[in-house]
Amino acid sequence: MEYSEIMVRYGELSTKGKNKKDFIKQLGHNVRKALSEFDGLEVRAQHDRLHVTLNGADSTAVMDRLKGEFGIENFSPSVKVDKDIDAIKATVLALAQADFKPGMTFKINTRRQDKSFEYDTYQLNDILGSHVLENVPGIQVKMKHPDLEIRVEARMNGVYISGQTIPGAGGLPVGTGGKAVMMLSGGIDSPVASYYGMRRGVKLDMVHFYSPPYTSEQALAKAKELTAKLAKYSGGIQFIQVPFAKIQETVKESVPEGYLMTIQRRMMLRLAVAVAHMRHAKGIFNGESLGQVASQTLESMEAINDVTTMPILRPLLSMDKTEIIKVAKNIDTYDLSILPYEDCCTIFTPPAPKTRPDLEKSRKYEKHLDVEGLMKEALDGITITEIRPGDNFLNQNEDVFAELL
Amino acid sequence: MIYFDNSATTKAAPEAVDTYAKVSANYWGNPSSLHNFGEQAFNLLEQSRQQIADLVGAKLSEILFTSGGTEGDNWAIKGTAMAKREFGNHLITTAVEHPAVHNSMEQLKQLGFEVTYLPVDENGRVSADDLRAAIRPTTILVSTMAVNNEIGAVQPLAEIADVMRDFPKIHWHIDAVQGIGKGLGKLIFNDRVDFVTFSGHKFHAPRGIGFMYKRQGRKIAPLMAGGGQEWNLRSGTENLPAIAAMAKALRMLLTDEAQKVERQRAIRLAILHHIEQFAHVTIFSKDLPVFAPHILCFAIAGVRGETIVHAFEEHQIYISTTSACSSKKHVESSTLQAMAVDDDIATSAVRISLDGHNTMEEAKQFNQVFDQLYQQFAKLR
Repeated sequence: MEYSEIMVRYGELSTKGKNKKDFIKQLGHNVRKALSEFDGLEVRAQHDRLHVTLNGADSTAVMDRLKGEFGIENFSPSVKVDKDIDAIKATVLALAQADFKPGMTFKINTRRQDKSFEYDTYQLNDILGSHVLENVPGIQVKMKHPDLEIRVEARMNGVYISGQTIPGAGGLPVGTGGKAVMMLSGGIDSPVASYYGMRRGVKLDMVHFYSPPYTSEQALAKAKELTAKLAKYSGGIQFIQVPFAKIQETVKESVPEGYLMTIQRRMMLRLAVAVAHMRHAKGIFNGESLGQVASQTLESMEAINDVTTMPILRPLLSMDKTEIIKVAKNIDTYDLSILPYEDCCTIFTPPAPKTRPDLEKSRKYEKHLDVEGLMKEALDGITITEIRPGDNFLNQNEDVFAELL
Repeated sequence: MIYFDNSATTKAAPEAVDTYAKVSANYWGNPSSLHNFGEQAFNLLEQSRQQIADLVGAKLSEILFTSGGTEGDNWAIKGTAMAKREFGNHLITTAVEHPAVHNSMEQLKQLGFEVTYLPVDENGRVSADDLRAAIRPTTILVSTMAVNNEIGAVQPLAEIADVMRDFPKIHWHIDAVQGIGKGLGKLIFNDRVDFVTFSGHKFHAPRGIGFMYKRQGRKIAPLMAGGGQEWNLRSGTENLPAIAAMAKALRMLLTDEAQKVERQRAIRLAILHHIEQFAHVTIFSKDLPVFAPHILCFAIAGVRGETIVHAFEEHQIYISTTSACSSKKHVESSTLQAMAVDDDIATSAVRISLDGHNTMEEAKQFNQVFDQLYQQFAKLR
């Protein structure tokens, strides 16, 4: 079917009273950005719905993009026909037949914006409902929770008819929740935590610690590639890489083995907070899940969290690993995450890190370090890259290879 | 020259040869090497795999590279036998398989496995009912070809899939060496098949490369043990130039597939309807939908197949006796034998096999030469 428009229904934001205007404005902005490559397409964000007029753009490709946009409850592709009852009847019937399965129930839901249209909503419901009943043997009418609800809207410029309702990503439009910094490693958890953070409307900047030559170029490329996967939820993401090898070497020299991990994490968190201040971000997200590993026990969190008062948000806190993996597969980050490149969390890991580090000891062991100096050096070495959806880092020859293949 | 022997092999596409040369010159690192140069080769390997997976509608991890059709058939059969030995020792195949399947089965027989060969009808096809009747509690594998290499019969894969759905634990292998690019994609990649094997040189890729589709979750033992390539299922340093060239050839093969298939069908029928008018001609690949669009097998009574091949060769028209693999061994076709065709007539059988590059003009020339030769052959009778 050739669709002419996609009608988008808002998610939770319909209930947000005062802020509603901002939410709609932000969603309109995000949708326009996500669909910017389609020529001739129009996006109108109105108080109750958002309308995407296709003007010939590929509806499947557009709907694929909409599926990744937070703040959308669901959407329906619709067909525009002339205000001619026979044309309306034919399209409504085609929709009912397209989705028909034995025992299916349906209802017709009409709205009439154009009050001059010769039929009113009751007449339209009656005419169209009877037409479907007569021509689709076995279909039944059901007013509450039908399998198929065919919506017919008579507007000034034509009649819009839609059948399918496709679920959206839910959540809140990215940008309505302010900005935070995400500590992205390259493992399975942090991309999932990023997804949940963005889903609540937060715009994220990725902070990634890299430690050449202990970590490879591929490990960095992998973290960037993961960011490119996540960028589809927010249009574009700033990727901030922080050199960390010097700090790891220094910590290794002067801190007892049991506290290596704790002190490294304290340094990472300090750096993330410093980046957050630079970027005017209001919080830190990470992929910690309580009790998963030594650094994620309550005692470790206390000892690490000690370096800042900025809120640290842990969307995965109470999730099991199996649940996290499931989401990672759904958002298509899992296969990347399991690529076997060492990241800076896996090197310099002592054989037996303290699972219950002591806060006072953590502070004490750090006294030997030039925390300020080390941080300044790391922050001076920062590189920021803007990453767009679909950018390629692991296989930079993709286009060259595509020519060969 | 008119090349009508595409089921024996095809000419490598110039574009595929070009890819082969460029990859050999520029990306010759070992995909398993840790350094960046090896990494590039790895990326090209996986991009090739992804392209093939996308083209056949499979997942990345379901495509495994082999050295060709013979290896693929050996692997699907022996690899299943090894992996599923504890579940049973019975295998089922058809009486008209390619020797790569037939002889793998015979080897397993010597090791104590039991093999059932399903009979075929006058069109060279098995019946789904026979298959169902042959299945035992100890059956571990069913191996059926998609398109017969000698007469072009398409096996009833949809009906076979229906039977196999009732036996979800049995591995089902399809030898699709002759079936790719012939408009049979949906039939071959049905929702039940577990293993499908292909050979690159049958679709304009270089020799020595092929691939196998392996349904995710199905177990198979490797035949090549070694360094652990292909997820530890097929060791040996990957033949990257040939793999990339095959990915290219496959993409080209499947571009405008429907159009090319229709052209082959039209050429096949133009020849078929011309030669069937002659009294001493027997057509084995009839004008029926159960035959593939590109293979035409026929016999001229009283003339040996070899004689017909050489007679056409003098006119620069290349056809073959029923299959290239057996054509030098002076044995009559095993497919025709299985179809209970008289030995006399079977020894007179020849095969025309087309591809997307053949033209109707070539069919016209062939028919003219045929008329001339038919007259000459009359002297032999």
